[in-house]
Amino acid sequence: MDIQAWTWVTVGLTFSLYLYIGYRSRVQSTKGFYVAGQGVPAIANGAATAADWMSAASFISMAGLISFMGYDGAVYLMGWTGGYVLLALLLAPFLRKFGQYTVPDFVGVRYYSRAARVVAAIAAIFVSFTYVAGQMAGVGVAFGRFLEIPFELGVGIGMVVVAFFAVLGGMKGITYTQVAQYCVLIFAYMAPAIAIALLLTGNPVPQLAMEEILPKLNAIQQDLGLSSYSNPFTGLSKLNVFAITLCLMAGTAGLPHVIVRFYTVKNVQAARWSAFWALLFIGILYTTAPALAMFAKYHILQQFAELGPAIAEESWMQNWAATGLISIPEGGIQTAEQLLEAINRDIIVLATPEIARLPAIVVALVAAGGLAAALSTASGLLLVISSALAHDIYGSVIRPEASEKQRLFIGRLMIFLAVIVAGVFGVYPLGFVAEVVAFAFGLAAASFFPVIVLGIFWKRANREGAIAGMSVGLVFTFVMIALMRAQNVIPGMEEPVIEQFLGIGAQGVGVVGMLLNFAVTTVVSLCTPDSPVSVRDMVERVRYPKE
Amino acid sequence: MHVAKAYWRRQLRRTGLLLVAWAVAGLGCSVLFVEQLNRISFGDMPFGFWMAQQGSIYVFILLIFLYALLSGRADREAILEPDAEDDAASPPTPEG
Repeated sequence: MDIQAWTWVTVGLTFSLYLYIGYRSRVQSTKGFYVAGQGVPAIANGAATAADWMSAASFISMAGLISFMGYDGAVYLMGWTGGYVLLALLLAPFLRKFGQYTVPDFVGVRYYSRAARVVAAIAAIFVSFTYVAGQMAGVGVAFGRFLEIPFELGVGIGMVVVAFFAVLGGMKGITYTQVAQYCVLIFAYMAPAIAIALLLTGNPVPQLAMEEILPKLNAIQQDLGLSSYSNPFTGLSKLNVFAITLCLMAGTAGLPHVIVRFYTVKNVQAARWSAFWALLFIGILYTTAPALAMFAKYHILQQFAELGPAIAEESWMQNWAATGLISIPEGGIQTAEQLLEAINRDIIVLATPEIARLPAIVVALVAAGGLAAALSTASGLLLVISSALAHDIYGSVIRPEASEKQRLFIGRLMIFLAVIVAGVFGVYPLGFVAEVVAFAFGLAAASFFPVIVLGIFWKRANREGAIAGMSVGLVFTFVMIALMRAQNVIPGMEEPVIEQFLGIGAQGVGVVGMLLNFAVTTVVSLCTPDSPVSVRDMVERVRYPKE
Repeated sequence: MHVAKAYWRRQLRRTGLLLVAWAVAGLGCSVLFVEQLNRISFGDMPFGFWMAQQGSIYVFILLIFLYALLSGRADREAILEPDAEDDAASPPTPEG
C-alpha cells in the first residue's frame, strides 16, 4: 500500500476511536461538563494534560524550528517544559483546593469582583481563540497534504469530530479522548525517531544517539561555511533568549486551558502528581525533538555535501517542491545557505521519515499523530472558551439565577458555536492568529500568572490591585506585540512600528508586562484597603490541604 | 492554627528551594552561563548546550517529583498531628 492508503487507515481508525470514547463519556451535569466530575486519576490527567498541551506546533513545527535555530531553539524546549515547575509549585494544588470550575472563577472570588472576573474571562477567550484557530488550520493542512482533500473540507471534518465529543461529553469526553490522543501522538513521534536513531548510530534511544551526531553535525556545518550547530546566541541575543524562555514559562503556567486540567482530579495531592505525570509525558517528546532536529539537519547537510547542487534532483526534494514547501531558487542550490533558505521549517518532522526512506506506514502514522495533537489541543481550548462564556459571563453575571439544566444547555451551545468560529478562523485566518506564540503566551504571562500567584501567596493583594495590575499587564503587552508585529496585526501596515522594547522582541515582551503587573498589583494593593476577612480566610484554606 | 502555620512555613521554604534549583538549571546553566559551561564536555557534547536542550528538562521533571513526594509527606504529618498535641510536644521553632 502507498502512503495515502495507509494514512486513510491510521486516520480512520484513530478518529473512530475518538468518537467511540466521546460517546461513552457523555455527561448530564455541569460538574461533569466543566471539570469531568473531579474524578480523573492523576496519571490519566497527566496524559490528558500532555495531549492538551502539545499542539500541532509542538508536534509538527518545533523540531523543524530547532533544526534551523540550533542552540537558540532551546527557548521552546525549556520555556514549554519549565512552565510546569511554576504550575506545579505555585498554582495547581492551590487552585484544586479552591475547587471551582474556571480560572476567572478564582480571580472573581479571590478579588471579590465581577469586573475582575469579566476581565479574566475576556482575556481567556482572546488567548484561547488565537491559539485554537491555528490548531484548526493545522488539521486542514494535515488532511490536505496526506489525503489530498481540500483544505476547507479538512477543517470541516476536524470541526465535526471535535464538536461531537466536546458537546456530548464536555470536559469528561475531552479528557478521555485526550488520553487516547496522547497515546497516538507519542507513538507516532517516537517510532520514526527511534528508527532514524538506529539507522544513523545503531543506538535506538534518540536522546543518547544525539551525542554521536552532534560532533559530526558541527563539523559538517563548519565545512559548509555555517556556524557551529551548538553555538549559542547565533540568531537571538542572550537577553532575548532569557526573556522568551521566561515568558513562555510564565505563559505556560498562566494558560487557562492548562490550569483547568488540574481542577478535574480528586484532591490536592492528585493535582501535584498529575503535574509530574504531565511533564514526564511531555518530556518524552520534548527531549526527543532536539535529537530529531539534529538528525534531520545532519541528513540534509550530508546529502548536500555529497551531491552538491544535484540535491535538487532527489525525490524528496521534488515531492515537497511540488507542494510549494520547498522552493528551489532560479539558479539552483549552490550554497548551504541557499539550501536552508529553500526549505520550509514545518516539513522537517513530516519529511524526515521520507528522507530516511522509512516504510509508508510510518509516514502515515506521523499524519495521524499530527491530527491527534491538533484535535486534543483544540478541544481543551474550546472548553475554556465555552466555560468563560457560559459559566463566567452568562452563569455569573448575566443570569446568576439560571437552573442547572439551563447552564448545561448554554455550555453545550457555546462549545458548539466556538467550534464553528474556530473553524472559520482556521479557514480565513485573521492576522493576529499568526502571532500565537507572542499573543497567547505573552498575554497569559502578563495577566493570569501574576494575579493568581499573588492571590495565593500574598493575602494583602486586593481587588483594586488585581484589576489595575491585570489591565496594565494586558494593555502593555497587547500594544507592544501589535506594534512589533504590525505587518500581521494592524490592517494596512507593511512593517513593524517598533522593533523591540529595551532590546526585547515580541515573543519575550510579555515578561515586561508580567513584571509591570506584579509591580502595579503590589503598589495599588498597598495603597488601598485590605481585602475582606472572608477572602483572607479563603486564602488560608486554599494553602492548607486538609479538608 | 499552630500546625497550619508551621506547615505553611515549611511549604514556603520547600517551594523556594525548588524554585532556586529551577532557575539555576533553566536560566542559569542553560542561558546566562552557557558559554562558560560549553567549555566543559559532557560525553561528546558541550555541557551548556546539553543542559539547554536536554538536562534542564530532566531537572524540571525531577523537581516536580520531589515536590509531590515531599509535600504529600508533609500533608500526612500535618493531618496526623492534632493541633493541641503539636503545641505541647514540639520545641519552639526559631523564627525566620
